Amino acid sequence: MATTVTPSPIARAITLECTHCGLPALGVEASDGSVFCCSACATAYAMINEHGLGAYHGFTERRSAAVTPSGRGFIDFDHEAFQSRYVTRGADGLAHVELALEGVHCVSCVWLIERVPLLVTGVARAELDVRQSRASVTWDPASTDLSAIARTLDALGYTPHPYRGGARALLRRKEDRAMLVRIGVAGAIAANVMLAAVALYAGELNTMDAASLSLFRWISFALTIPALVWPGRVFFTSAWAALRTGTIHMDVPIALALGAAFTRGAINTVTGSGPVYFDGVCALVFLLLVGRFLQARGQRAATDATEQLFALTPATARLVQLDDSILDVPADAVGVGSVIAVHAGETIPVDGEVVSGESTLNRAILTGESADVQVEVGDTVYAGTLNRTTELRVKVHASGEDSRIARILAQVDESARRCAPVVLLADRLASRVVAVVLVLAVVTYAIWASRDPSAAWDHVIALLIVTCPCALALATPLAMSAAVGRAARAGIFVKGGDTLESLSRPGWLVLDKTGTLTLGETTLVSWTGDDALQPMILALESASTHPIAAGFRRAWVGVAPSHDFSATHTIGGGITGTVDGHAMLIGSPRFIAAQLPDARWSDWPTDDGYTPVIVAVDGSIVARATFGDAIRDDAAASLATLRARGWRTMLLSGDAESVSQRVGTALGFAPSEIVAEASPEEKAARVRALVEASGAGRTPPCVAMVGDGVNDAAAIAAATVGIGVHGGAEASLATADVAMTRDGLAALVALDDGARRSMRVIRNNIAWAFGYNALGVTLAMSGQITPLIAAIMMPASSLTVVLASWLGRTFTPETR
Amino acid sequence: MSVLYLVVPLALVIVAVGVAGYLWAVKNGQMDDLETPGIRVIRDEQ
Repeated sequence: MATTVTPSPIARAITLECTHCGLPALGVEASDGSVFCCSACATAYAMINEHGLGAYHGFTERRSAAVTPSGRGFIDFDHEAFQSRYVTRGADGLAHVELALEGVHCVSCVWLIERVPLLVTGVARAELDVRQSRASVTWDPASTDLSAIARTLDALGYTPHPYRGGARALLRRKEDRAMLVRIGVAGAIAANVMLAAVALYAGELNTMDAASLSLFRWISFALTIPALVWPGRVFFTSAWAALRTGTIHMDVPIALALGAAFTRGAINTVTGSGPVYFDGVCALVFLLLVGRFLQARGQRAATDATEQLFALTPATARLVQLDDSILDVPADAVGVGSVIAVHAGETIPVDGEVVSGESTLNRAILTGESADVQVEVGDTVYAGTLNRTTELRVKVHASGEDSRIARILAQVDESARRCAPVVLLADRLASRVVAVVLVLAVVTYAIWASRDPSAAWDHVIALLIVTCPCALALATPLAMSAAVGRAARAGIFVKGGDTLESLSRPGWLVLDKTGTLTLGETTLVSWTGDDALQPMILALESASTHPIAAGFRRAWVGVAPSHDFSATHTIGGGITGTVDGHAMLIGSPRFIAAQLPDARWSDWPTDDGYTPVIVAVDGSIVARATFGDAIRDDAAASLATLRARGWRTMLLSGDAESVSQRVGTALGFAPSEIVAEASPEEKAARVRALVEASGAGRTPPCVAMVGDGVNDAAAIAAATVGIGVHGGAEASLATADVAMTRDGLAALVALDDGARRSMRVIRNNIAWAFGYNALGVTLAMSGQITPLIAAIMMPASSLTVVLASWLGRTFTPETR
Repeated sequence: MSVLYLVVPLALVIVAVGVAGYLWAVKNGQMDDLETPGIRVIRDEQ
């Protein structure tokens, strides 16, 4: 393999993609010619190849997001307090733990994560549940530590947290299994009763002897009893519960139809005359159960989300005792006033005040800002923030549920619960249909009882069967789950079908700025100067970790830095040095002014809201660069499209006023639609106010919040529909109703398109089911159809709905 | 058609065995995760 690849700088900048994640590669290059967008991707790539897992990079459909390891040490995973809580030991000496993973979005993740045993010796098994982002890991404690496993997962971009939803998960598994059992039993019975029915229908055309006829009738009778008593019981119990509380819902006519048809069929079986309706009864039970299962699974995904959030704070804290020894205790149990130690690389488990040590913290979880901040004695620190450099001692102000992060998460949970369940269109209709059908049944019986008493009963049953809201019941859940599946293939992950319903009613579209409308990183915005200076600047900046230096490097990938140089850094100012014999200065205008008081620089153009950088060579100013957080390419066009479709837009940022104004104005936000310097709590309050203002009617316009940080999480949860964008913090993706893995704002337009088309499919389904029912009612009431014909018409209508749902062109995969 | 009296109950026994097998699979946790195994199988081939 070629070791050096040096195409022209421009060609490289355009064509190169990160070998690991496929994003534009701008910086790191490996010896084998592969290029990466960041060093984290390079590390993950090296690790994967080193263990013979290179096949991962052959997958066409793989994670297209940069690896973002937390960089934690995960030492707390090895502590006794942690182990006694989350780790179970098997009889064979192996230990087992359930971990909630961040960043699991695609199918290749399954492949990679389940090969962790090859990456870390001592791991026996690793299995992933994609839907819940949960890995269950079994390892040998004698040969490796859990922290080592955790660090490996982290380096691959799947930051692990202990899975805390144990009790709820058990309960849910029980429910799921009970549903599956009911569906399986109902399906098996329905299939066999159908077979018997085929024999009976065929027998009616030809001549079947009376004994065989009777045999099949009795067999379907015998099979239908368990179908009603076991899987079908849920309809009767729920109908009974509804009647007892004086309400009517869909289960009432279902139970009535099932009961009436079964009774009539049983009587006909015993007397040996007239049709039996057992096939219809069994098919109805089965189809309704399937519809409900699909619906329940969709709703389930939404509740999973908030659970994952609670994994973000550490489970244990190091309590400093009076004799200065350290005791590991559960983080919730730390008392106010006690002192805890937080090592470098650990997440702070409590709110408190620094009493010794100074360090840098990453507070992205609370504020969304990616830059680290300095803390020293006397500063307040919050749970959930990451201690980067040195050990801190923190005096506890609040722990557990009283901490700031827990209060934000509680807000998330509360918003999720308070949000009234969106009553699905079909359910609203069905409850009205129910009442109408019951009245019609009584009317039918009354009319026919006087004219032809023997046929009255048949006509009522035909009516109840043909108007069975079965197609209506399937119309929404089926179309929704089909649309959600299509959306997932297009890189848009929608939790719950009601989200699509809400999105089809445009209201407010609230957008976060950093990372959502902008790229979220320091980018070279303008460059005024000679390109021959570029190698010299890169040389001076080469040793710097400053964002500006990284920005230069990203902008000028492929430009080889000069070799002959020396450089001195001035913190907060700039760099002085010599390159190829020239004295150079790079830095802020103030730094340059201080160094070169005589140089003229004020006549250089200035752009508001950007960071200017001045370059001077041999005492004269020669170039000027500006840096800023660049706006995404597709932002303006996408916003224009969405505005044209009736969405009102608002920019809600935690960033400074000037920057927010610049971005907002450039993207066409009215001044009143730009809110800057908003705290996480304020963001949530703003969104909640919009939701309240948009009315509490049955179909209020949608308030959608689009964001990427944990600081947006509460606002995302407060919105009617929360949308987490590509590359966002896991917490915001977790609380979001929609998570995007497609880059940029064009995905928002695709989501809006898909939601509209899905609702069109559903409306068509409902219109069809309705029209069909209206026709059926007319025929049944006028005595034109027998219960047999009704039983054939009913599934035909469901089948049409099923086909329409699966074939509906809702979301189309990304084309690029 | 007296063979029906033998064949139909036999068919029902087979169905019962199938349902019992399904119930065992559900209770054994085979259906707890309906998504990952489908992905796993495709990925293993590559």
